[in-house]
Amino acid sequence: MARPFLELKNVSKRFGPNEVLRDVNLSVSEGEFVAIVGYSGSGKTTLVNLIAGLLTPDSGQVLLNGTGIAGPGPDRGVVFQNYSLLPWLTVAENIALAVDRVNPNWPAARRREHVAKNIALVNLSAAAGKRPAELSGGMKQRVAVARALAMDPKILLLDEPLSALDALTRATLQDEIERLRGESGKTILLITNDVDEGILLADRIIPLSAGPGATLGPAVAVEISRPRDRKLLNTQTDYHAIRREVLGYLLGPGGRRAVKVSRLLVLPEIEPDDLDSKFPGTPRPLRAREVHREEMNIGL
Amino acid sequence: MKTFRLDWLILPLVGIFALLLFWQILPEIPQFKNLPKPFKTWEVSKPYIMEPFAKRGEQDQGILRFTWYSLTFVFKGYALALLIGTPLGFVLGASRTFARMFDPLIQILRPVSPLAWLPLGIVLFEKNAPAALFTIALCSMWPTVINTAAGVRAIPQDYLNVAKVLRLSRAATLFKVMLPAALPYMFTGFRLSLGLAWLVIVAAEMLTNTPGVGGFLWQEYQSLTYEHIILCILTIGLVGFGLDRLMSVVESRFRTA
Repeated sequence: MARPFLELKNVSKRFGPNEVLRDVNLSVSEGEFVAIVGYSGSGKTTLVNLIAGLLTPDSGQVLLNGTGIAGPGPDRGVVFQNYSLLPWLTVAENIALAVDRVNPNWPAARRREHVAKNIALVNLSAAAGKRPAELSGGMKQRVAVARALAMDPKILLLDEPLSALDALTRATLQDEIERLRGESGKTILLITNDVDEGILLADRIIPLSAGPGATLGPAVAVEISRPRDRKLLNTQTDYHAIRREVLGYLLGPGGRRAVKVSRLLVLPEIEPDDLDSKFPGTPRPLRAREVHREEMNIGL
Repeated sequence: MKTFRLDWLILPLVGIFALLLFWQILPEIPQFKNLPKPFKTWEVSKPYIMEPFAKRGEQDQGILRFTWYSLTFVFKGYALALLIGTPLGFVLGASRTFARMFDPLIQILRPVSPLAWLPLGIVLFEKNAPAALFTIALCSMWPTVINTAAGVRAIPQDYLNVAKVLRLSRAATLFKVMLPAALPYMFTGFRLSLGLAWLVIVAAEMLTNTPGVGGFLWQEYQSLTYEHIILCILTIGLVGFGLDRLMSVVESRFRTA
């Protein structure tokens, strides 16, 4: 394998007392499409933010082309889960914000052309003058993809881009992502909670174990020839093997750890109250036999 | 609620009529015999309303001319308040340290009445006009400061992440992301500030005896023309209402999704 394009070495990250990621190792080669599949809340977004440079790891390194990253940069195009479009700008203006920043030296006409080209790339030319509030969720996500692509990044980070969409829109956008991958040949890292989405799109699927202290499991290569047909996918023998392997890790060693919870139960008093007492209702000290400690296991 | 045709017009008119009736009856009570009745008020105020821009003397001018004086003055003080209040609010919203440092001070200074600031202003500036401006600015800027700070604090992290990923410069982040994101909050502050500025001007004019609706009101009280007090009160109310409507229209134009 060639020198990895994106490499994470023993990356750990914690927020206060909560360990989110522990010893994450990942290497992605140029032009590869890698899908990371994991539980919600397991630290997928933290992982993206670390690669994007919005967060710095507590320990370990994030290397892009062999050099450590210092903060966010336009070489990594990020598509956030919740679109993150600026609501006061139109579709074209949102994308222009990125284009103007990345290519400030281009003449205005060329920048405008580049914006229009990228809007056309995601089939949104008709909506170029609209504001995000006037668009559907799928359209907003296309704009976010177009904005990321317009920066001409070396790698595209997609943070659960489709999880907020309905199933049909999801399928259309999956096809769109597949087409963009084919046309641009970019390195893509897709974060998702849907194994099938990974099998449909990716070259490799890597499961992320459940938190706290989530880490990446063994990668599963998807060697199904492209173009992959969603309708025929589950007739492929590989499909079931890949699915079993990924889910096997997520539900097995990478699954939620069972947690032991213990709590104190106070059994009901059975002695009658002394009605002549000077202090009615005054709680008396608990007796040992009234207190019962119960332990139970929560989890899989 | 029952609705009928033209209820939007008829119901307020009924309310106004009820007030007029109350006003007509009130002076019948011996305690309130000095209150001029509605028709008398109209008769005495007529020259000021029918010739709203007349200038018969320094203290004897049409009501709109007085209003104009007050408005120009209020806008000077208001502009000063926005000029100081907006950046201050931005800094307070953006920096937790600053907010911790100055928030208690703001909470203490905010409820101080214009009547308390004015003497201090006169001591500082030794003249009535700048003292009044100082008072208006100081009293009316707090809603702008507080709302701007709240607006800046409420900017979604997503927007700031976009700015970071695009590596926008500090200036671009401020003007292209933070300012538009905080603008709806800021305009609410601007509207409340304008209302306060208008409230303060009357007090300031009364105390400094500068020409304007408030000054006129005070002077007519001294010369026992009570009808004009009511004329002034109504004018102040109508102008305040108008200003608020105007700002609401501007505010709604800047409201983003």
